[in-house]
Amino acid sequence: MLRIKGLIKRYRTGDLALKGIDLEVPDGQVMALIGPSGAGKSTVIRCINRLVEPTAGSIALNDIEIVGLGSSQLRQARRRMGMIFQEYALVERLTVMENVLSGRLGYVGFWQSWLRKFPQSDIDEAFRLLARVGLDHMASKRADELSGGQRQRVGICRALIQNPELLLVDEPTASLDPKTSRQIMRLIKELCAERKLSAIINIHDVMLAQMFAERIVGLKQGEIVYDGPPDKLTPEVLTSIYGEEDWSATIRKADEADEPAADNVVPFEPPLPSRDRLAGLT
Amino acid sequence: MTPATVRVKVWQRRDRKSQLAIWAAWLIATAIFVACFHLISEKTIWDFVWDAPAQAGDLGARMVPPDWKYIHQLWRPLWDTLNIATIGTLMSIVLAVPVAYCAARNTTPSVTFVRPIALFIIVSSRSINSLIWALMLVTIVGPGVFAGIISIGIRSIGFCAKLLYEAIEEIDEAQVEAVRATGASAAQTTVYGIVPQVMPAFAGISVFRWDINIRESTVLGLVGAGGIGLELNAAITQLYWTQVSLMLLVIIGAVVVGEWVSAKVRHAII
Repeated sequence: MLRIKGLIKRYRTGDLALKGIDLEVPDGQVMALIGPSGAGKSTVIRCINRLVEPTAGSIALNDIEIVGLGSSQLRQARRRMGMIFQEYALVERLTVMENVLSGRLGYVGFWQSWLRKFPQSDIDEAFRLLARVGLDHMASKRADELSGGQRQRVGICRALIQNPELLLVDEPTASLDPKTSRQIMRLIKELCAERKLSAIINIHDVMLAQMFAERIVGLKQGEIVYDGPPDKLTPEVLTSIYGEEDWSATIRKADEADEPAADNVVPFEPPLPSRDRLAGLT
Repeated sequence: MTPATVRVKVWQRRDRKSQLAIWAAWLIATAIFVACFHLISEKTIWDFVWDAPAQAGDLGARMVPPDWKYIHQLWRPLWDTLNIATIGTLMSIVLAVPVAYCAARNTTPSVTFVRPIALFIIVSSRSINSLIWALMLVTIVGPGVFAGIISIGIRSIGFCAKLLYEAIEEIDEAQVEAVRATGASAAQTTVYGIVPQVMPAFAGISVFRWDINIRESTVLGLVGAGGIGLELNAAITQLYWTQVSLMLLVIIGAVVVGEWVSAKVRHAII
């Protein structure tokens, strides 16, 4: 259970990014955070693992207060939160395996990580996760050899190997084509269900949010303006979040949404082995 | 019916004012050039200059054929020269890494205190030529290879540290942030987030500097800091021109090999 109370963030430039956010995310809930650019979505997520230092307020993950932790306790708190990034943020020149294992850095000592001597249990888990997302045959490839969708799946493995209690997901599909976006969102949703993980997903795409999240929170200029189920997102609600626009094409039932033509697909995506289809990726 | 007066819109690259300014700049530059030429010409003994081709031809004639028998005495100073370049480069790399880490805005422990110190080290090392470092070091540690190594090392710290800290400042912060978000310590974040990103630049800079240092170390002997320059200086003062020409050939050979190796290594990394 994540409990945020009165979260305020003022940047050094003086911009008030968050004006007192109150939010509770129960265990196992997949929540989408929507809102226009600059609404503070990214700031909320980064305040939770304190990549951005909150100005005021309280953030508690399973009753452990995160604001104000010292550096070593903060490291322990960060281990319990996996983060997935917009541009994947893989270390490009390291192998897929090293990238996944970097999710265990909070658990191993410096020399162990420097010499890449991770415990066998970590390596087993890494292979298991890579197999789960259909990339175990890519373990020794360098991250920059992968396509966008594959990289994001490695990013998911890196987050999951932390064995987190919460996933922080920042625009996971912003750099992906429509089809891969859905695959990634479906994968995140499935993995959260398998592991009873809660997740906060920042997402621009309202339709994807409706398809894959069980709860939607709308943020506008640092304030929560909507908090409810996906099917209650009416044109009026969207107008209150984003401003006046014709929303009729955006709001659809998930099963009506047609797969868009795949002509702007990222070039390199090798044929997927049948195992991946079983993993629900195709 | 009168023909419709079409207003032609004129476009010029520059307006009149900047065009005139450019003409004026050219005029002033030409005037300065003519004045300087006049000044230099008055202070030049032109007889010597007109005699230069004959002198060069004469010197050239005395340089051929190179004294190939002398080559057996050159291997040792050549080996010294390579050692000065290589060990000096290694020394500078070892010292340049922490300096670069402290100088880069995104890794420095303190922007107000540590960074200016690191930048000062870089500037002072870069602004003094290795020949001058060698001159000073020969008086401090005495003549020989050791003075050469230290002067090459000191001279190269600034070069390596500057290029390396610029590489560190250009890394993708998202990758670092992602590693930090896993709960990694500061040291682990450096090793996983930063080191892989600057590794190609680091290797390229090292080999590039080694390549430069081979050239620089050939002249250090002129001031007594060991290597082939020492022999070169002796041969010139004794007017053994056939030995001088052989040494020039050997130096060219060494530099070409050095450049070839460095190009190969850089190609392999990138």
